[in-house]
Amino acid sequence: MQRRTLLTGAAALVAAPLAAPISAHAQAAKTKIVLWHALTGANGEEINRLAREFNASQSDYELEAVFKGSYPETLTANIAAWRAGQAPHLAQIYEVGTGSMLAAGKAVKQVWELAKETGLKIDPASYLPAVRGYYSLSDGRMASMPLNSSTGVMWYNKDAFEVAGLDPEKPPTTWAEFHAATVTLRDKWAKPMMAKSGGPDLVAATSSWFAWIQIEQFGAIHNLPFASKSNGFDGLDAELKFNSPAHAKQLQMLLDLSKEGAFKYAGRDAQPDPLFYSGQAAIGFGSSAGRGDIARNAKFKWAASVIPYDPALTSTPNNTIIGGASLWTMTSPKRTPAEYKGVAAFLQFIGHPDQDMQFHEHTGYVPVTLAGYELAKKQGYYEQAPGADVAIKSLSRGTVTANSKGLRLGRLPEIRNIVYEEVEKALQGQQSAQAALDSAVTRGNKVLREFEKSVRT
Amino acid sequence: MERRTIFPGTWFPILLVLPQLALTAVFFLWPAGQAIWSSTTRADPFGENTFFVGLENFSDLFSDPLYIDSITRTLVFCAAVALLSMSVALLLAVCADREIRGRGWYRVMLIWPYAVAPAMAAVLWLLLMHPQVGLVGAWLNHSGIAWDYKLNDAQAMGMVIAASAWKQVSYNFIFFLAGLQSIPKAVIEAARMDGAKGWFRFRSVVLPLLMPTVFFLIVVNLVYAAFDTFGTIQALTQGGPGKATETLVVKVYRDGVVNLDIGASSAESVVLMIGVIALTAMQFRFLGKRGEK
Repeated sequence: MQRRTLLTGAAALVAAPLAAPISAHAQAAKTKIVLWHALTGANGEEINRLAREFNASQSDYELEAVFKGSYPETLTANIAAWRAGQAPHLAQIYEVGTGSMLAAGKAVKQVWELAKETGLKIDPASYLPAVRGYYSLSDGRMASMPLNSSTGVMWYNKDAFEVAGLDPEKPPTTWAEFHAATVTLRDKWAKPMMAKSGGPDLVAATSSWFAWIQIEQFGAIHNLPFASKSNGFDGLDAELKFNSPAHAKQLQMLLDLSKEGAFKYAGRDAQPDPLFYSGQAAIGFGSSAGRGDIARNAKFKWAASVIPYDPALTSTPNNTIIGGASLWTMTSPKRTPAEYKGVAAFLQFIGHPDQDMQFHEHTGYVPVTLAGYELAKKQGYYEQAPGADVAIKSLSRGTVTANSKGLRLGRLPEIRNIVYEEVEKALQGQQSAQAALDSAVTRGNKVLREFEKSVRT
Repeated sequence: MERRTIFPGTWFPILLVLPQLALTAVFFLWPAGQAIWSSTTRADPFGENTFFVGLENFSDLFSDPLYIDSITRTLVFCAAVALLSMSVALLLAVCADREIRGRGWYRVMLIWPYAVAPAMAAVLWLLLMHPQVGLVGAWLNHSGIAWDYKLNDAQAMGMVIAASAWKQVSYNFIFFLAGLQSIPKAVIEAARMDGAKGWFRFRSVVLPLLMPTVFFLIVVNLVYAAFDTFGTIQALTQGGPGKATETLVVKVYRDGVVNLDIGASSAESVVLMIGVIALTAMQFRFLGKRGEK
């Protein structure tokens, strides 16, 4: 009995490769491409959809999308893999990691190099200027491929505006109006509502991504440098500049509002998001990519608006800058030209207007190509989802200047951490706005010099 | 009474200890060696240009006042965690050592938290202490106590100490309970017959006999607080507000994984390693001496 089973098993093993010769052959002929990403939830499903549709659209390549953890974890895993000669073909790297990736030398193959080698046609002009600028060299050649881009916006609770006697269709557009609105919201919405219901604490305004929105975006909008050398685009020896009197005045206003109970700092990065989603904050600065979550969670009428500006500093506010991530082509000792061709084919595939538009509509990230945006407009998406184009309008306002192109600084995540630390000290009354920014600039410059030494010496 | 087994030959004994030696080599000696080597270099994240810089990473560290602050903060944090978790555990162990109804359940419930992963524990604490949505946090704010660990250094530190200590109480409890049970009943009874009562009996008879356990736990708790609290702190405060809860191990993660400064991060790891080696050596010497007596 036992022997028979063994024999049958052996026969099956021998027969297996013969039984399915055709499908096995087809499998072997496909070149495998691996993509590492950091997207979760609906956004993660969307990248799987892209992989599925790419695989179905042609028969030469098989793309596999692998989730690798948070953005910093993906970057670290990618670096470790490259050191071991096992890098994925494509890695999704967050925008603040761009400076580090550009210094990666032969570890990466920039988009323009890939295009030259494989004959892939990619026209930088077909991408939104504010998006492509962040991922291009200063001469305009593209270094990485934009995938998911968002920008900072001001979400506001229309119901709260109505209760406070503010016009829900006219959100504040300047910082002076913002100041007045928060004070009104505090006195005519937050305080009376709390007294009436005894419910949770209400606050007029909060801000997610404080460093990105209140410091980096503020500079871009008002054409103030975040760092010298065109925010680092023109050289590794850039020095931080975000401690100007204008920056300090803006931060001081927020510190004062916080002290007066009209603004709440509720943690770093995206931690304050739930405050707006749950209706506890009437105004919540955050990423435009939060749209899906807000639609799912908010039990009130809401809308998005462009981040306010200060007319005393500029009469023509600039574009805001992007957040999100791009795809970097990684090298590996054993990589073949066919694999690079597959990578190029995928990059071309996601830049197709129809794919770009779908990605935009399914995730809340902005379309990265102009054609994708036009297609979404033509199909009436913005009539169905009013305000979904606030981020795009914000990104394409004015002309892109050296100060609004983005940031090109090594170890930018660390600089953001430093900003958080100094602002947190200032919010506790341990230092003034100017002192906080001065200290952040001094400490941040030290980080930049260390980075410069590490990639140069 | 002592029985010793002597294995013959050279190869057989080596074969028997080989698995342990291999584990030590792969999981300790190799990475530790790498850390020591990296701590003397400066490299870009991808390791394409690596330069030997001698002790520059260390001199940079110790000339940075923020790093010195971090050392002091870590010492305070470790001492507080060890003190809090050990005193609570000792109190509970003394209570559980008595003849009470449902003793088994009581012990199981106390040991339970030890099985909770640090990040999970942190999420539990977050749900309790979050100033807006947390049960305790929101209640505090409602009762007029301004609770906001995201903007209050002392509250943040207090919270990570409490969360870290809570995780370790179970471990200490097991050891204290075992220590208490190994104290000969005769000694206690003799003390009782001599008229020693309550606190006095505990202090002059039980505690001295428990000292080996106490000392062992001090070392284990300090090492725990220095290393294993990373998950808890990272999930609760990320080292903030400001640098209020940034202990050495949080800084190692931040410099190494977020900042990709492998040289500095390795140098910090080496400093931590030296600290732990010193603690362990102290433990061996002290416990060894007690054993000889």
